[in-house]
Amino acid sequence: MKVELSSEKVKSDFVKKVEELSGQNILSCYQCGKCSAGCPSSYAMDLLPSQVIRMVQLGLQDEIVNSKTVWLCASCLTCSVRCPRGVDIAAIFEALRLVVTRDKDKLNYVEPSEITAEQLEELPQIALISNFRKFTG
Amino acid sequence: MKLFYYPGCTVKTKAKNLEASALAAMKELDIELVEVASWNCCGTVFGMSTDDLLHQLAPLRNLLRVKEQGGDKVVTMCSMCYNTLKRANHLIRTDEEKKKLLVDFMSEEPVHYEGEVEVLHLLEVLRDVVGFEKLKEKVKVPLQGLKLDPYYGCMLTRPQEIGLDNLENPTILEDFLVALGAEVIKDPMKTECCGSYHTVNAVEVVVERGYGILNSAVKKGADAMVLSCPLCDYNMDHRQREIVKKYVDFTGIPIFYFTQLLAIALGLETSVNHFDLNYVDPLPLLKKRNFVA
Repeated sequence: MKVELSSEKVKSDFVKKVEELSGQNILSCYQCGKCSAGCPSSYAMDLLPSQVIRMVQLGLQDEIVNSKTVWLCASCLTCSVRCPRGVDIAAIFEALRLVVTRDKDKLNYVEPSEITAEQLEELPQIALISNFRKFTG
Repeated sequence: MKLFYYPGCTVKTKAKNLEASALAAMKELDIELVEVASWNCCGTVFGMSTDDLLHQLAPLRNLLRVKEQGGDKVVTMCSMCYNTLKRANHLIRTDEEKKKLLVDFMSEEPVHYEGEVEVLHLLEVLRDVVGFEKLKEKVKVPLQGLKLDPYYGCMLTRPQEIGLDNLENPTILEDFLVALGAEVIKDPMKTECCGSYHTVNAVEVVVERGYGILNSAVKKGADAMVLSCPLCDYNMDHRQREIVKKYVDFTGIPIFYFTQLLAIALGLETSVNHFDLNYVDPLPLLKKRNFVA
């Protein structure tokens, strides 16, 4: 994957925003990969969790936003509780989702109006509410 | 003994089999679970963003209701409610700045809430209030010979500050099942995530997870799986409909709420378990082993 690095990106508002929303120091990560090793969703991800964290460090907003990784996170917290540096990776992923879902120019990742009557009848409320909490703005 | 309990939305509808069996079994153990009056949805997931205080109000208002009604403890049986209520409670107890904002926001409530109420999962009540030794004495129908696979999912044990047991290797469900006389399977998949809310928009993810977790239980010789979370239950039980279509080697396994097995072991009427709400019917297994008539 070819990416363009620049000091502007590293010092960008995007990096500051993610740190502020997650309450995490993004530079704490030393890329050991334990989060990616334990993540039960990593098989389906185009970028591994540790790669996403590295990309946040480098301010690569477009690459992260165009990846499906943060939308495959189920907030199971396996990564966060195992991180040897105490980084709450799940909170960083939440911040990354919020950067997108709070952007008025972007669509919801899941559109509640498209949920069918059959789904509403069948699914437990906790599934619907948690899904909308994570995937809509 | 009376304890306040917070049901949550799903326990009142799709997971009535969890609520009814829990209330009946606890009554048998001389604990009356009193539903908190005027409760609201807990929000189902803890808001992890630092600026998202608004989503902390729903869980905290429920705890405020408990304090207002004279309680200092509240019991939940849904793992998601447990996690959300307990994390919000942890936040208001440990973050002075946010506590002030949250207390100020709810200043028109009849009482102020600053984290005084203790949030307990029903499994903790069974372990710490009833006691597994005492529970063992109350068992009328020991689940002898029943091989059960305990499944915790995520929300009972993570993160560490709110978990009810060891983070990587919890044993509370195993200890509970042993007290009921059952045989317990050791399964490394017991704290793996079921796919959670992806069941709404990415069923294929849940099917993959479900197959991995359920197949592990089957291969280890489990007769059934035992869990506490209504979302895990939906993904592990109801999604077997999709799993058997994709994986022909998988033929299905019954899924119990821990409270249903408790009710059986205490010798209660089968009707309190509402097995009609379980997708994979557990009755053939229970009848075959003579646990129910």
